[in-house]
Amino acid sequence: MIASLGRILILASLLASAAGALIGFYAGRTRSAEGLQWARRFAYFYALLIIGATMLMVYALLAHDFSVSYVAQVGSRAIPTWVTIVSLWSSLEGSILFWGFVLGAYIAAATFFTRGQYAEYQPDAIGVWLACAAFFSFLIAGPANPFLTVPNPPLDGPGPNPLLQNHILMAIHPPFLYLGYVGMTIPFGFACAALIKGRLGHGILKPLRESLMLPWIFLSLAIMLGGWWAYEVLGWGGYWAWDPVENASLLPWLTATAALHSIMVVERRGILKGWTITLVQASFLLVLLGTFMTRSGVFNSVHSFTQSAIGPTILGFLGVSLVFSVALLAFRIDKLESEGNIEGAASREAMFLVNNLLFVLLTFTVLIGTVFPLVVEAVNGKQMSVGRPYFDSMVVPIGAALLFILGVGPALPWGRASREQVKKALLPPIAGAVLFAALGYVANIRNGWTLLTLAFGGYAAYVTFAQMFLPMLQRMKRGDGAGTAFVDAQLVRGRRRFASYLVHGAVVICVIAIAVSSTMRQTTELHFTKGQTQQASGHAVTFLGIEERQEPHRLSTIARFSVAREGKEVAVLEPRMNQYQMMREPIGSPDVHTTAGGDYYIALSNIDTAAQTVSITVFASPLVVWIWISVVFMGLSALFGLVPSRRRAAVAVREAMPDATPETA
Amino acid sequence: MTESDRMRRRTRLFMIGAIAVAGIAFAVIAASGINNNLVYYWTPSDLYANGKKAYGANVRLGGMVAKNSIQKLGGSAVAFDVHDGKAKVHVQTSTVPPQMFRENIGVVVEGTMVQGGNGAYFKSSRLMVSHSNEYKAPEQGHPVDRKELERMMKSVEQGNS
Repeated sequence: MIASLGRILILASLLASAAGALIGFYAGRTRSAEGLQWARRFAYFYALLIIGATMLMVYALLAHDFSVSYVAQVGSRAIPTWVTIVSLWSSLEGSILFWGFVLGAYIAAATFFTRGQYAEYQPDAIGVWLACAAFFSFLIAGPANPFLTVPNPPLDGPGPNPLLQNHILMAIHPPFLYLGYVGMTIPFGFACAALIKGRLGHGILKPLRESLMLPWIFLSLAIMLGGWWAYEVLGWGGYWAWDPVENASLLPWLTATAALHSIMVVERRGILKGWTITLVQASFLLVLLGTFMTRSGVFNSVHSFTQSAIGPTILGFLGVSLVFSVALLAFRIDKLESEGNIEGAASREAMFLVNNLLFVLLTFTVLIGTVFPLVVEAVNGKQMSVGRPYFDSMVVPIGAALLFILGVGPALPWGRASREQVKKALLPPIAGAVLFAALGYVANIRNGWTLLTLAFGGYAAYVTFAQMFLPMLQRMKRGDGAGTAFVDAQLVRGRRRFASYLVHGAVVICVIAIAVSSTMRQTTELHFTKGQTQQASGHAVTFLGIEERQEPHRLSTIARFSVAREGKEVAVLEPRMNQYQMMREPIGSPDVHTTAGGDYYIALSNIDTAAQTVSITVFASPLVVWIWISVVFMGLSALFGLVPSRRRAAVAVREAMPDATPETA
Repeated sequence: MTESDRMRRRTRLFMIGAIAVAGIAFAVIAASGINNNLVYYWTPSDLYANGKKAYGANVRLGGMVAKNSIQKLGGSAVAFDVHDGKAKVHVQTSTVPPQMFRENIGVVVEGTMVQGGNGAYFKSSRLMVSHSNEYKAPEQGHPVDRKELERMMKSVEQGNS
């Protein structure tokens, strides 16, 4: 019953999106206002249908209706309600349905917020969005149908993959990733519309930038949450291993970050238009590549589900999108007229260009390392992977160079600058570089790359902080009080600029935390009998004993440890082995004591309940928590910069005359 | 053609040249970086088929722990044999074996072949045990499911270091 209703909704969404796409492209060609109206209606209709279908699936999961194939596959009466909801995206079919749900929400929101504006671009943009939607509805209707009818429904199901039940972060990471991934469809639509029209005017830059910023925020948080989850659950003490699945989420983030920067150059100088469009398109294509890699089973992981026909289908769609994008670029890029030139090497725009080239280099580095094993396997069937040292040795220098540009770029003025101006801008921040590196040296850091990162970070922190409050100081010089100057120059008028420097500040903290935590990590392997105390990384660890705890869906065997520093107990850590009902082998789960200075992390490698002995690995990593904090702060800052200004009119004037304005970042 | 046009053209040519040189340099560095850091996924049979290459190469060796082959070596070290139904490799690992480690279970060990006093063996610093839900240990005498092993070797969550 639910299954048939679900299939009907999916088929209807396929028809609505396909029809809407055709109407959109037709309206774009004929510039028909009525066609646009119909395309918009179909966009809303599609969103309604696919969201309805997803809600129906959630209902079926909560009602434990095992006659629906997907519920029979991942549902279970024994699991808590939050796990039941999470199981919507815990397996292949459901995850594609969830993709459709997010896409529907995005398309409806984008159609709504651009109503009555950008009439030149909107029909084609809606056409592109709905064409993508049609593809995903096709996937749901065909190779990944979650609404099949089970003829003899079982009484209970196996529940989702236990690794996904093991931590609450698994309920948060996937939705953020989908919000990031799927959201890239919207700027892709705008970029294609701009190419179809052969114009990237100032009018389209705002929706392009904002629709790129939102998924960028979600993707940033998703990447961080994925790393955090790995850190909290997998028990190897790290958060990033250059896994193909991790790289898949990083790749579109890199190009999107580059695009967010190059859009600013388009706004200010009217150059790098084709380049910016290419980056936006690349972000979407890399999303599809990532989806292919994680959803087709070419890499085996918690992200990839059973092998299915969905892989080749996504690969086909990636191919079509790639050909479409390249063809559009090839035929239309010369129409995007450049309105100027880069005038000097020591200028803001030149630094933007360097930033972009470094991001693209980084993208290629990660892309090659990720795809190479796939190509080798496809060619001669040999199985291999590219080891971590490749990524570390390539990414660290490029990342350091990017951090350097993050400091130098904002210090330099737009356009041509005199030698004196450049000196005045670039010399003072060296104080910050010296300070940070010296602090690191005092804290016993001897790794060359880490010290260099600290120096570049200190330089960037100085510049960021000085630039951040420049508008406020200018206002105060003119005699305003500090309070009014702050509210007006930072929070209201200069909100976007202020927000971007807050993001830069967070990036500096994040990069330093990554560099320090990964190079200063201490690892100790210990073997304990009950009651024994041993030293590890400045702490005394006492093994208190083993405890068993029965929960409805799992049996936990917990080893309790007291961790003391200078004779005082600071934490009791309880790493455990979780045995899930429907699984043969237990899953280890580490426990972490977090402080601002660093984490103390215990992972179980072996536990013997009869003899009351355990083997553990202790990881002591400084500053780890700042990675999570800085990325959250980065996301919130970027979101703050997106809040629409009440002074729309003032903004409109500024956008019309980009050169006659106070500085925007 | 005006003077400034000519200048612009020369700048552009120079830019394209510079980018091409940088691109080629990057490609060379990346290619050698990849080449030096490849990790091979081999079964014991693959390992022997590759002969001398197995010494010094980064290998993920996948197979079953042979019956009655597990010996404790003192400290956390363990020695055991890994087989795939056709060939058998002696493995010594320095890490604490994980909870589920036992005879007749699928394992992946990472390391390389070395020449020891009593003959060649596979020296490993990492031992991973199959987490797979669907995986069933083959009964004695039955060949190892190669597909399942490959899946396991590629399994990235266990591959973290």
